[in-house]
Amino acid sequence: MNVLTDNLSLFREGFIGTVELTVVSGIIALVLGVIIAAFRVSPVPPLRVFGTVWVNVLRNTPLTLLFLVAFFILPKILFPDMDSFVLGVVALGFYTSSFIAEALRSGINTVPMGQAEAARAIGMSFTQVMRVVVLPQATRAVVAPMGSIFIALTKNSAIAGSFDNVDLFNVAKTLSNDGYDIAMIFLWITVAYLVITYAINGAFRLLEHRMEVAR
Amino acid sequence: MSASVLFDAPGPKAKVRNRIYSVVGTAAVLGLIVWVVLRLNEKGEFEGALWDIFNYSGIRENIFEALLATLKAFALAAVLSLVFAVVLCVGRLSDHRVVRWASVIFIDLFRSIPLLITIFALWVGVVGDMTPFWALVLGLSIYNGCVQAEVLRAGVNAVPKGQREAAYALGMSKTQVTAGILFPQAVRSMLPTIISQLVVTLKDTSLGYIILYPELLYSARLIANNTPVNGTYPFVQTVVVVGAIYIALCMALSSLATWIEKRGRRAKTGIVVAAAAEPAETPGVLDAATPLGPTVAAEPAKPAGPGGPEDGPGRPDSGPSGSVGKSD
Repeated sequence: MNVLTDNLSLFREGFIGTVELTVVSGIIALVLGVIIAAFRVSPVPPLRVFGTVWVNVLRNTPLTLLFLVAFFILPKILFPDMDSFVLGVVALGFYTSSFIAEALRSGINTVPMGQAEAARAIGMSFTQVMRVVVLPQATRAVVAPMGSIFIALTKNSAIAGSFDNVDLFNVAKTLSNDGYDIAMIFLWITVAYLVITYAINGAFRLLEHRMEVAR
Repeated sequence: MSASVLFDAPGPKAKVRNRIYSVVGTAAVLGLIVWVVLRLNEKGEFEGALWDIFNYSGIRENIFEALLATLKAFALAAVLSLVFAVVLCVGRLSDHRVVRWASVIFIDLFRSIPLLITIFALWVGVVGDMTPFWALVLGLSIYNGCVQAEVLRAGVNAVPKGQREAAYALGMSKTQVTAGILFPQAVRSMLPTIISQLVVTLKDTSLGYIILYPELLYSARLIANNTPVNGTYPFVQTVVVVGAIYIALCMALSSLATWIEKRGRRAKTGIVVAAAAEPAETPGVLDAATPLGPTVAAEPAKPAGPGGPEDGPGRPDSGPSGSVGKSD
């Protein structure tokens, strides 16, 4: 018990660190993912190729390798003197963007061809087809996979903790070095992660429920 | 360019516009590549001497040994995780409530803890002293075993109910039904998903870097640190080489999954093959209704092949796309 009470501020810091990492890299991943998904479904061949390469390379690269690139190569070659938080968030965001792009693309693919054809046949413009017919249906198909991507992102953010970021994993490491019993640390860290992942899960369940329609 | 959900077949105006976008897009992509290459060149990363280190037999041996270490951890973790998965899946589907609940809690708990934390706890010694190798292998096996167990369960649940009923009607025992009827079909239908999860296992062996297990990444860093060429450490070079190895391995395994998926769709066995997507991550202790594979469910409409969802009455939801994780 006293692992938690003795180090409450440290735990709080770690908890906030994990949440911050997840939220910021989630936003980066979302923005990049939407752009890459748009590239992948666009009628412009070079952009499609770029999107495909992006997704395939990032999905098949271990996240730890991306962290190595971010921490040892990026500062040296492109942008020197960057904060370890920024580097960690970039690595996480880029990695996750490939999964988001894939989820978005398969969401669009769930919309039956006939729907768009019918919409065009009654004279809807491109924006109307998108806004009224395709995107509402695609969004519903995308919500559930998105939730699981963000949960995976939360768990992946632990790797950032081993690269100079203060998060729950980092706290676990610090406390373990201080000589506390690893079993208790493990227990409390687990509880903290469960809180975050359940919050995300609940939020997405709610969202899914809100958007549910009889089809 | 044929029509898709998003846009109609382009007319003359749209063709011109697309061509302009193509030129602009190509220019932008090329510009990005040129910029990166120029930056790399400016920092002297293309100097021959830096790349020449891979001609030393010592460094080649190092990389080869690291690759073997990675593959060793992967192979052992893959086998152990599948064994774990079968055990947990049988427990999950057990008729005894205690066994079932224990499996559910175990699976959901370890699926929602970051794998790195599990590995770290094992390494530090939550259950006695452990070498980095065993901490990595056991951590990977536990985590992936839980995920694979849920995959298997989805496969078992996707087997049409009539099969189980028919087997019991023939007088087969519970063990015979599970081992002879349900599991073979479950494995066959979920094989692409199982292999996709193995790709994740392979990728996650790189977490060994953090607990100082000398796998590919760790060795890459050691090599870069220990072989300075004219005062520069060849980080870019080693990461490029090691990254290429990782990507090649993972892509080979992923394409195996996709190939099996395509082949399974052609086969006339009546078993619907799941998509080669990674199973989704969902926490949910005691939450049996949690769908395992939204990624599976979000797949485009399955071709109405033999055994497909449209296969007529009697098999209302035989496809894993419809019934994954929803039937208990």
